Amino acid sequence: MRQMLLGLTTLLATAGTAAADVNIYTTREPGLIQPLIDSFAKATGVAVNTVFLKDGLAERVVTEGESSPADILMAVDAGNLVDLVDKGVTQPIDSAVLKEAIPAQLRDENDHWFGLSYRARVVYAAKDLDLAAITYEDLADPKWKGKVCIRSGQHPYNTALFADYIAHHGAEATETWLAGLKANLARKAAGGDRDVARDILGGICDIAVANSYYVGLMRSGAGGEEQVAWGEAIKVILPTFEDGGTQVNISGAAVAKHSPNKDEAVKFLEYLASGEAQEIYAKANYEYPVKAGVALDPIIASFGELTVDKTPLGEIVKHRKAASELVDKVGFDG
Amino acid sequence: MALVAGTAPSAQTAPRGRRPIWCLAAGIVAGLVVLPVLALGSEAIGGSLGLWSHLAGTILPAALADTLLLLLGVGLIAGFLGVTLAWLVTAHDFPGRGILEWALLLPLAVPTYIVAYAYLDILHPIGAFQGAVRWILGYSSPREFRLPDIRSLAGCVLLLSLVLYPYVYLTTRAMFLSQSANLLDAARTLGTPRRRLFRRVALPLARPAIAVGVSLTLMEALNDIGASEFLGVRTLTVSIYTTWVTKNDLAGATQIALLLLAIVVALVSFERWARRRQGYVSGSRGRTMQPERHDGLKGIGLCALGVLPVVFGFVVPAVYLAAEAWKRWRFAGLSDRLVGEAVDTLLYAGGATLLTLVLGVVAAFALRLSPGWTGPLIYRLATTGYAMPGTVVAIGVLLVVAPFDRLVDGAARDWFGVSTGLLLIGSGTALIYAYVVRFLAITAGSADAGLARVPKSLDDAARTLGRSAGGTLCAVHLPLTRASLAAGALLVFVDCIKELPATLLLRPLNMETFATHLYGEAARGTYEEASLAALAIVLIGILPVIVLSRVGRNPSS
Repeated sequence: MRQMLLGLTTLLATAGTAAADVNIYTTREPGLIQPLIDSFAKATGVAVNTVFLKDGLAERVVTEGESSPADILMAVDAGNLVDLVDKGVTQPIDSAVLKEAIPAQLRDENDHWFGLSYRARVVYAAKDLDLAAITYEDLADPKWKGKVCIRSGQHPYNTALFADYIAHHGAEATETWLAGLKANLARKAAGGDRDVARDILGGICDIAVANSYYVGLMRSGAGGEEQVAWGEAIKVILPTFEDGGTQVNISGAAVAKHSPNKDEAVKFLEYLASGEAQEIYAKANYEYPVKAGVALDPIIASFGELTVDKTPLGEIVKHRKAASELVDKVGFDG
Repeated sequence: MALVAGTAPSAQTAPRGRRPIWCLAAGIVAGLVVLPVLALGSEAIGGSLGLWSHLAGTILPAALADTLLLLLGVGLIAGFLGVTLAWLVTAHDFPGRGILEWALLLPLAVPTYIVAYAYLDILHPIGAFQGAVRWILGYSSPREFRLPDIRSLAGCVLLLSLVLYPYVYLTTRAMFLSQSANLLDAARTLGTPRRRLFRRVALPLARPAIAVGVSLTLMEALNDIGASEFLGVRTLTVSIYTTWVTKNDLAGATQIALLLLAIVVALVSFERWARRRQGYVSGSRGRTMQPERHDGLKGIGLCALGVLPVVFGFVVPAVYLAAEAWKRWRFAGLSDRLVGEAVDTLLYAGGATLLTLVLGVVAAFALRLSPGWTGPLIYRLATTGYAMPGTVVAIGVLLVVAPFDRLVDGAARDWFGVSTGLLLIGSGTALIYAYVVRFLAITAGSADAGLARVPKSLDDAARTLGRSAGGTLCAVHLPLTRASLAAGALLVFVDCIKELPATLLLRPLNMETFATHLYGEAARGTYEEASLAALAIVLIGILPVIVLSRVGRNPSS
């Protein structure tokens, strides 16, 4: 009981001083957003509190209800942002600044969530491999048998790609394609997107599917010398759908429905869409900035011109569950 | 089977006066543990069963098979290692035994996800080991020659066994040490050759301890997500996770979790049923076993054999981490985040350990006082949390705690016009609660095992001398079970430090432990930035191992 009272008094005390803070619940890794938070705090004097939740962010905000201290909900993958809206824990934000900075297809039509950066699902190929262009459809070509590496089919990066495939070709064709891709795998679908580059260097596979920014993280040396070697062992090909472009996904944020500091929250979002923050997204995280006119990092620019696939993010999200079930059906991760 | 008949303490030893209070207390503890499980149950019932037709036709058979094979493999290998090593250091004496006795516990300090990552890197075609193999065989590139990939079920079984066998070793060695030498002598007098004592006498006698150790090991294996994810093994636990996260179907995920819980309960019950007629009492405080001394080559050979699991389960990953951390330190310096993380990690683990210990003793003591059906039922309920994956427990706790917080906050707003915020979640109490739910089985189990070695005649004596049940507990039982309790508490402490899913889901703003930091980096593939945190987890894990070796040395103290 005494402990509870103690807890209560500290909480009341912090509640008093925390009036102008911004509280962020994020599934983005702390290391990725810390530079943005630091520069926001410096520019505005608003203190930022974070908790990195990975999975379960939606459940936590839902169950916390009106008592939730969360102001900003940040997530990777459009599907996760749409989930938050569906669960009713976000609110619309009418901000001219955000609308001007972020292209319409990268934000919610009802202004609940806003894309802040995007990344492409690309193909890594062994440096000396004679391959200049590839389509996603080609990945199931039997000529790649035993030569493809990819992470778990159930990872959101992959289910989004497969969902986009469904949008292009329908569920039946996607199942055939997935089974073909599965048959081409050099090893179990596991690990992360850097592991596939390391596995190409290790001779386990010739081509791999992974996100664009990892190349920047590896080649820049931020991860140490070994990773430079992984990054240098591969070249990046921007794959396309036969009838479309390269599949991209976003990282984004929304303001929580019961946000206690809404003004600061909006200020924070607007800051993230500013030229200064967008440059951090591009330079420190090697992502594609959403704001026009912000330069890409040279490593990312070296991949060539990105043609973003035209499937709306909302449609990809709709096919996500079907994609996940197809992954089970073909035993992709088995 | 050579078993000792129970000394048949009667259930009518103590006057009934104080028992209800102990049962009530234990009942409340059990209720607190069961609450999140019930919350999950109602979530599961609320969901549709549509998921199952999909699962049954697709991954369920494979996931079930993988899960059972993983459990079987880890149970066999870790069980074999743990029991053999425990016998090695109790029945034999050889150069280096004193150090080996506690060094064998060191792999406890290495979380499964760390051992998986370390070996994946070391054994990778571009890693040092395969590089050396290629150099010896004269190949220049991994494209010409490479060893099979470790990412497989077999690889996962081996790696998990390497770091989990200490659970079996710990419990079994304590049992071997407390086995009275008289029994072994009696067996020898009856003509059992020394080398067969192990199989004929010591092993059957140690069966309850082995069962406890192996079930701890299996629960840990069942709980693992990190290593399975790295190594591409699709267990039921991984299915729970993807159902929840990728398919956005929490109800479905809890349904699978309850299936998993049912499997565990069935296994445990079967084991108990199989030895239902056997009483195990080794309370006589006779001489302990006199180990057989080996010197010279044979002694060195035995020592080398015992050292192997330590090398592979601890030295290799620890040296690897130290090297990575050193590289990182020279590259980026020491982050001041680490200090704050150390404080949070130790504070939460310490608090949770203390609470778990006290509540575990209460549950075990109630079991001792009420041997009818109430005690065992309460005890069983209080220890369910350990059988559930951490992710699931975390959601269950969230489902219980968050509505409570909202209620308090709402009431405070209505009556006093102030907001309390989230009382339990915001203060970190929710997280401690989750740790207790998860790990209560460990301290309750140790307390129970310790109490089982205290003859009930001592209770009777103390009660006759006018002590209350509580007084007896403090004056008689606790001093006699100190070693067991310390062992349990330290296991909980290390487990809390390694704990990930509940910590991720339930921690308050700005709170970061070593494990969450490590996960945050690993999740985006920047393992190297977390190598210092990983090393810190392992180093903290060593401290209890050292203490454990001190108190474990003399189990009767």
